[in-house]
Amino acid sequence: MLELKSVDAGYGSFHALFGVNLEVKAGEAVGVIGPNGAGKTTLMRVISGLIRPTKGSITMQGTNVLTTPAHKIVELGIAHVPENRRLFPRLTVEDNLKMGAYMPAARARYAERLDFVFNLFPRMKERRHQLAGTMSGGEQQMCAIGRALMSDPKLLLLDEPSAGLAPVVVQQVFELVKRIRAGGLTVLIVEQNVQQVLQVVDRAYLLEAGSIRTSGSSAELLASDTIRQAYLGV
Amino acid sequence: MGSFLEIFDIYLLEAVLNGILLGGVLALLALGLNLIFGVIDVTWICYAELVMIGMYGMYYLVQYYGLSYYAAAPLAILLVAALGALLHFLVIAPLLSSPPINQLLATGGVLFVLQSFATVAFGIDFRNLGIRLPILTLGDMHLSYSRLLAFGAALIGMIVVYLFMTRTFTGTAIRAIAQDRQIMALMGVDAKKIYVVTSALGGALAGLAACLLVLQYDVHPFVGLSFGPITFLICVLGGLGNFVGGFVAAFLFAEIISLGGLFSDLEWGYVLAFAFFIVMMFVRPAGLLARRS
Repeated sequence: MLELKSVDAGYGSFHALFGVNLEVKAGEAVGVIGPNGAGKTTLMRVISGLIRPTKGSITMQGTNVLTTPAHKIVELGIAHVPENRRLFPRLTVEDNLKMGAYMPAARARYAERLDFVFNLFPRMKERRHQLAGTMSGGEQQMCAIGRALMSDPKLLLLDEPSAGLAPVVVQQVFELVKRIRAGGLTVLIVEQNVQQVLQVVDRAYLLEAGSIRTSGSSAELLASDTIRQAYLGV
Repeated sequence: MGSFLEIFDIYLLEAVLNGILLGGVLALLALGLNLIFGVIDVTWICYAELVMIGMYGMYYLVQYYGLSYYAAAPLAILLVAALGALLHFLVIAPLLSSPPINQLLATGGVLFVLQSFATVAFGIDFRNLGIRLPILTLGDMHLSYSRLLAFGAALIGMIVVYLFMTRTFTGTAIRAIAQDRQIMALMGVDAKKIYVVTSALGGALAGLAACLLVLQYDVHPFVGLSFGPITFLICVLGGLGNFVGGFVAAFLFAEIISLGGLFSDLEWGYVLAFAFFIVMMFVRPAGLLARRS
């Protein structure tokens, strides 16, 4: 579905990604794990067009992502839940969801998509008229994921969905990701919370200092010595 | 003594009502400027000069082309809306990532360009539509129809903008983009398009204001100076970019001008309004309805 080939990217003179190869097949849940500053967020931003790579290629179901204008990438079926949620704090929950359905195809099915998201998150239905910035972190994360789902994407990019949340809420967020997966959505998830994410995804890549160090199935990575020592603390 | 109080109260009521009527038009002017600032983060110093061009548009459409007032008004609104979009394309868009001072200087430059253009093209004569609307007499009070019409139309204009901003996808995007510029692309929103729509909308509001002001004021190349500064004060007092704050501040200023004018001369009303502004800048420097953060 999504394919990155030897992607280099950075900000000005600072290089964040070096020759990254990554593939996500339809129906898979794939994780990208790694320490702070490894380039995980940059990777997500490169896929959704917020920044453009300096080298390499990115294709989504055969379409060249790099020649697609950034605001048209969501129409390829890629929805990005950005780091720190980035809701519009002074818009209501419903207006935030409305923004997720901005593209013409989703706009035409707005009522249906809204029902879908409200079914998935009954809490959002209760809070639909509340300003997004006044909700708890966990609720905001639900709203951010709901907003991304409004466009009826094929691929959901989740950037650190557990960041800044209480442990109980983190548990809930990962439960949610499982449910979304079960609905047939392809998911690419970036996380520092290695233990948790490996229980949700099929495969994962380890990104360190802007390069893919290793990759494998969740079971393989959980058993690998490097991962166990560096990231699981056992 | 009793009869004196009676007359006095009538004048007071008339002044309060006139203040409300003035407030409607000022609120409309402030809304346009606030919209541009809130969404694009640029201050159109030349905003009142767009109104001036719109007033000339009305003058020529009515006096030279013989259109009726109501036929000319939509054309004048469209003209200034197009001018707003053009201003964005030619001046603002190339400077979007420049320091704010450069943007201010550039739109300030447009102010002089428009004034000079009007002087050369239209001359410095004071012109008017030649339409005199009747005066409404309620008991001992006199209210001019042109002010009532201006107030009603300004209110309708603001309600239409409110509905557009809250009910449509484009309006919601306009509010959203003011809160988080960077992620708009993730929503599938082309920020450039939203900027142009906003600029045209800001221009259309200036155009509507022009249609209403031309009934009350003569047109000349420097007419913008009579309401440009007060519009800026209102926006700053309300908190730049804050629509509700601008609305409240507009009526506050209008009442000060109107009541100040009642107790002394009209010019003193403006002096009082400016003095009030200066005091408020010390009390609430970020604006009346500043968000506490």
